[in-house]
Amino acid sequence: MAFKQITSPHAHAAQNTAKVMQLVLWSTIPGLLALSWHFGWGALINILLATITAVLSEALIIKLRKRSVRFYLSDYSAVVTAVLLGLALPPLCPWWVVVTGSLFSIVIAKQLFGGLGYNPFNPAMVGYVVLLISFPVQMTTWVTPLALLPEGISHPDIIESFRIVLGVSIPVDGVTGATPLDSFKYALGLTADQIYQQDPLFSRAKFASVGWEWVNLGFLVGGIIMLASRLFTWHGPVAMLATLALLSVIFWDGGSSQSPGSPLMHLLSGASMMGAFFILTDPVSSAVSNRGRLVYGALIGFLVYIIRAWGNYPDAVAFAVLLANFSAPLIDNYTLPRTYGHTDRRRATEKVED
Amino acid sequence: MRKTWLTPGGVHPPENKQQSLTQPIGELPIPDRLVVPLSQHIGAPSIACVKVGDCVLKGQKIADSAGSVSVAVHAPTSGTITAIEARPVAHSSGMTAPCIEISNDGLDQWIASEGIADFEHTSPSALLSVITEAGIAGMGGAGFPTAVKLNPGFQRPIDTLIINATECEPYITADDALIRERAEEIIEGVRILSHILGNPSNILIGIEDNKPEAIAALRPHIQDTGISLVSFPTKYPSGGEKQLIYILTGKELPSGQIPADIGTVCVNIGTIYAIKRAVVDAQPLISRVTTVTGKACAINRNYNVLIGTAVSHLLQHNNFDQQACSRVVMGGPMMGFSLTSEDVPIVKTSNCILAPIYQEIPEDEPAQPCIRCGMCAEVCPASLLPQQLFWYSQAKDHDRLQAHNLFDCIECGACSYVCPSNIPLVQYYRNSKGEIKTAQQEKVKSDHARERFEFHKQRIEQAEQEREAKRAARREAAKQAKSTTAGSGSAADIVAAAQARAAAKKLNPEQQQAKLERAVASAEMRTQKAQEKLDSATANNDTEEKLNVFSAALTAAQQKLDQAKARLAEHK
Ligand code: SF4
Ligand code: SF4
Repeated sequence: MAFKQITSPHAHAAQNTAKVMQLVLWSTIPGLLALSWHFGWGALINILLATITAVLSEALIIKLRKRSVRFYLSDYSAVVTAVLLGLALPPLCPWWVVVTGSLFSIVIAKQLFGGLGYNPFNPAMVGYVVLLISFPVQMTTWVTPLALLPEGISHPDIIESFRIVLGVSIPVDGVTGATPLDSFKYALGLTADQIYQQDPLFSRAKFASVGWEWVNLGFLVGGIIMLASRLFTWHGPVAMLATLALLSVIFWDGGSSQSPGSPLMHLLSGASMMGAFFILTDPVSSAVSNRGRLVYGALIGFLVYIIRAWGNYPDAVAFAVLLANFSAPLIDNYTLPRTYGHTDRRRATEKVED
Repeated sequence: MRKTWLTPGGVHPPENKQQSLTQPIGELPIPDRLVVPLSQHIGAPSIACVKVGDCVLKGQKIADSAGSVSVAVHAPTSGTITAIEARPVAHSSGMTAPCIEISNDGLDQWIASEGIADFEHTSPSALLSVITEAGIAGMGGAGFPTAVKLNPGFQRPIDTLIINATECEPYITADDALIRERAEEIIEGVRILSHILGNPSNILIGIEDNKPEAIAALRPHIQDTGISLVSFPTKYPSGGEKQLIYILTGKELPSGQIPADIGTVCVNIGTIYAIKRAVVDAQPLISRVTTVTGKACAINRNYNVLIGTAVSHLLQHNNFDQQACSRVVMGGPMMGFSLTSEDVPIVKTSNCILAPIYQEIPEDEPAQPCIRCGMCAEVCPASLLPQQLFWYSQAKDHDRLQAHNLFDCIECGACSYVCPSNIPLVQYYRNSKGEIKTAQQEKVKSDHARERFEFHKQRIEQAEQEREAKRAARREAAKQAKSTTAGSGSAADIVAAAQARAAAKKLNPEQQQAKLERAVASAEMRTQKAQEKLDSATANNDTEEKLNVFSAALTAAQQKLDQAKARLAEHK
């Protein structure tokens, strides 16, 4: 009697890529809830639009590439990209912004490079940066946090939100405004302390800035869930946050008018936590070894800080991540782990003598 | 408590060990026919020393060890030799190999022999030859001749003897069962080893903490023996030789070296038991403990199985349900290989037969793209980057593979085990290792060929130079001759002299014929020799490559013979 020839190992852990991706999706919920609570329905609508676009375009491309649509869609990676993009985009931004970004992420940044696993850049961040450069106005208009809405005005309800997104309605005055990192950056001539006291975005916050701090804490919770389920190691996120904190302490400068802002503000504003746990942990485009991920995370923290402090853009996670994606192969070359039985670590590009 | 060291990586697959430990080690009825392969160890295959039709007794030697890295083979029961030929054997490629078949005479009669009770007063070298003659090769997996391992030579003094009782693979309980039931004999085996190795200062039994019964069984026997029993947390693959050495001593085995290079010898439990049996009881290695497990077998337990028993015999006696079975694995679920036929025999290294049902070990799912999640790198006990190895293996980038230390991969399968994309990583590594080795051999071959070619060219050039020199000398001589004989001799004289010289060189017809006859005779002999070589190679089942070489040599010899004959005929 003949049996099939199957190679070892025969046992397999219950983990699979779809489950990994699903867990990432579940982990975005605390952050998403905070976003929706403080900024209204916009984030959910973004996610919805981005996901529909991403899944349809991914299916189309897979079909064009003559692969099994069902098999490749079932890894959920397109949904993850779309959700992350949706979370990063300003709530209530026009529908075509979301659709363009999502299309760009999936078609150009992912599938043109060969699909999942082959993309050198984080697809969601490519989409985001393209939008930021092409549509700066739409991309820097944020919804005012719930706590700072003028008397008698509330966030538009879900129907109204859709109408705004589709362009048939425009938001009431006061519903949109600047982000804390923006306000801080463009409040010239004031010392940091003055800004913190005068701008209600800061003065009415608990830790850093109204609304934003909770969104960041939400993503932090999601990140801890993923860490605890060993979806990734601590190296990247911790290196990034530590570098960001360290630099903001060094340059805090006692809160003078030159100060780029307090450490808490940097850690809990903008996309800091989302970047640390959801973006730079994208394994495909990051460095591969644990040491490599330490360097990679630190590089992102460093870039985020210098762009925020001295660059032209108020937030910088997307740029920092893309720049670090560029350097990942270089980092990998110098950070191979030391193999059992070897005294030294080797270079990835080392030539073999034989 | 002795200190232990923590290895990087590792996984905790479900152990599945309890089901085969509910009953003691069992015996099976002896099958009608036993098929004993001649090569169950690493090294030269043993050489059969019996003929078809011979009657043999249980324990009688049926094949001699061939050279220094080889062991003997014995009859597992008494009976008649009914075949010596190639049969399917347990190998991952499903190949055939020379085997001796014995038909059981139903008497199971032992050959008379006497053991060495007082091994402490026997020289290590005598004990080593007992071990080789008893056919003992590492029973943990590789099957390296044990006597060779125990004899590392003067330049490598051994200070640490490690007994590998880890048995870290899921499902397998052969060593565990053996320790529970035969702890005393095992410790006696350890003492024999210690004596052979000149009483090394550290004797460590390494065992995972999931075997409390085995630990309790060993404890009373190691009192005042200087043997330390070291238990450590269960983790796969702690039982890998390199991993175990590190766990117990904190020393890493440098890449490409063997344990003896760092003063260590590692032996597994089954082997130690076999050594005790061979030395004290004069019983050669003709049986081993094998775990039969997996839900496709109604009974899961350990058996003392005669070497040469067909796997099908084991399965049948455990009510094997073939319909439900997803695959039959020899070895464990992490490193074992699946059998393509259940007719292959149990050999000295077969520690487990695993017959799982589909729910236990389902069919492999199709591989998805690598998402570079790094889970594989987290669990790699050798601190490699499996995802990079996979990448370069796909790209066949041999330089990068070697820079990433592919050859330090122990093929433990931990990386494939955790890979969420179901990529058969180990398979890629095996292929790449094979490719690189082949490429290196090719390179050596082509280097040789180049050297030969260059040497040849050089010789031709040299010959050409010599000829040129001779020509120059002759020209010179002729010039001189001309000048001296100008006057006295004529050109005609020179021609006549040359003709005479040529005639002198030419043989007379009889001599010529004798020479041609000699050529025919020697060509005939060469043809005959080539034929013999080819025949013996065919009988030995040599590789196709070799057979091709020999048959080419034969054809060439035949052509020469024909030419010589033709020339002789012409002359006549
Ligand atoms: S575990 Fe699998 S998917 Fe993850 S990096 Fe390793 S090979 Fe790639
Ligand atoms: S099979 Fe090789 S690469 Fe994979 S975990 Fe084991 S040693 Fe590491």
